[in-house]
Amino acid sequence: MAWTRDEMCARAAQELEDGFYVNLGIGMPTKVANFIPEDMDVNFQSENGMLGMGPFPTDNEVDADLINAGKQTITETPKSVYFDSAQSFAMIRGGHINMSILGALQVAENGDLANWMIPGKMVKGMGGAMDLVAGVKRVVILMDHNAKDGSAKLLKECNLPLTGAGVVDDIITELGLFTIGEGGVHIQELAPDVSVDEVRDRSEATIVTQ
Amino acid sequence: MSKKVYSDAKAALDGLLHDGMTILAGGFGLCGIPEHMILAIRDSGVKDLTIASNNAGVDDFGLGLLLQTRQVKKMISSYVGENKTFEAQFLAGELELEFNPQGTLAERCRAGGAGIPAFYTKTGVGTIIAEGKETKEFDGETYVMERGLTGDLAIVKAWKGDTAGNVVFRKTARNFNAPMATAGKTCVVEVEDLVEPGQLDPDGIHLPSIYTHRIFQGQDFEKRIEFRTVSDG
Repeated sequence: MAWTRDEMCARAAQELEDGFYVNLGIGMPTKVANFIPEDMDVNFQSENGMLGMGPFPTDNEVDADLINAGKQTITETPKSVYFDSAQSFAMIRGGHINMSILGALQVAENGDLANWMIPGKMVKGMGGAMDLVAGVKRVVILMDHNAKDGSAKLLKECNLPLTGAGVVDDIITELGLFTIGEGGVHIQELAPDVSVDEVRDRSEATIVTQ
Repeated sequence: MSKKVYSDAKAALDGLLHDGMTILAGGFGLCGIPEHMILAIRDSGVKDLTIASNNAGVDDFGLGLLLQTRQVKKMISSYVGENKTFEAQFLAGELELEFNPQGTLAERCRAGGAGIPAFYTKTGVGTIIAEGKETKEFDGETYVMERGLTGDLAIVKAWKGDTAGNVVFRKTARNFNAPMATAGKTCVVEVEDLVEPGQLDPDGIHLPSIYTHRIFQGQDFEKRIEFRTVSDG
């Protein structure tokens, strides 16, 4: 049984540690916040200028001056602090953020990441993704193991324009948890009843077992 | 009355606008955008603008209004996903676009405002962003050189300001407003609440008055929300 999306997010949450400052990407990574143990103190950074991001507001708490990097309305917490974009990216680029969990279009076995543009389609922009992957201490990718058309996303080399070169540390998909290491993509953990052969069949990258 | 204080956006921008100029526009999405000055720039008819702004507004609000009227020649942005007018003009070759990683754009403004003509960063190394740019190794890591950015005019939105030009932002509406304010040859600030000197805590000022050349209190801010996400509580 491959992991469900909730199980993937829960598995990603297990990688967090007490006291971590974390930046979550838009989409599935945002949901990782729902799986943090109650007794764990994790600070979420929103790159538009906030540490200590809280959940969505109730209807009467909505504040136009308080949004996340996905431009969604959010709330503050007792530990919240606000700052400008230069300060925000100084935190990111200065290596002060412990972990970023991001989505991906493609990941290569050398840690190259492509997640911002598909040539020929309208390019929306990289936002803060290039800064996050270049500056954050540990970059964890949370993604479907294969593209919608079934093609591999774990590749020998990315063929889409890169977001960063050699920047990925770990990858979580519905099949398991993988680490970029010597010789390729190392299997750290497999979802229940998922075989090494299935991972190899559904990947193009060199898959290394422990 | 302080010489920096103007009655409204039109008066505050009088004499500052010309065709082909570069404008640094604060805001993130629609949060903290100088909505009154954007309207005044539209109404002025000034054209061939280069605008540095993290985003390009939506079709009918924010910088999208200047796209509708085709006053913009080039955008310098990190993300332009929320704007169909932008997409149509860009795909038709009518609009230039320079993508900057968000942190690079912020740091370019910070550097520009601090008199730093260029800096090195890891962001973008090995990607198309670094193509054609100088790279250099420091301590075994490769960095790409990015230029400081300045503009003819910075348009900034803040929460409170005093008539001397000291400014306080509110929550995540601070974003690009602070670094861009420092990088404009002239900086005009629109505030929700204009007060007398002494009414703001000097230890709590986010933008010191030296960066503010002109200031006015805007009336009836719309402060539109892009994605209203709520929980049941």
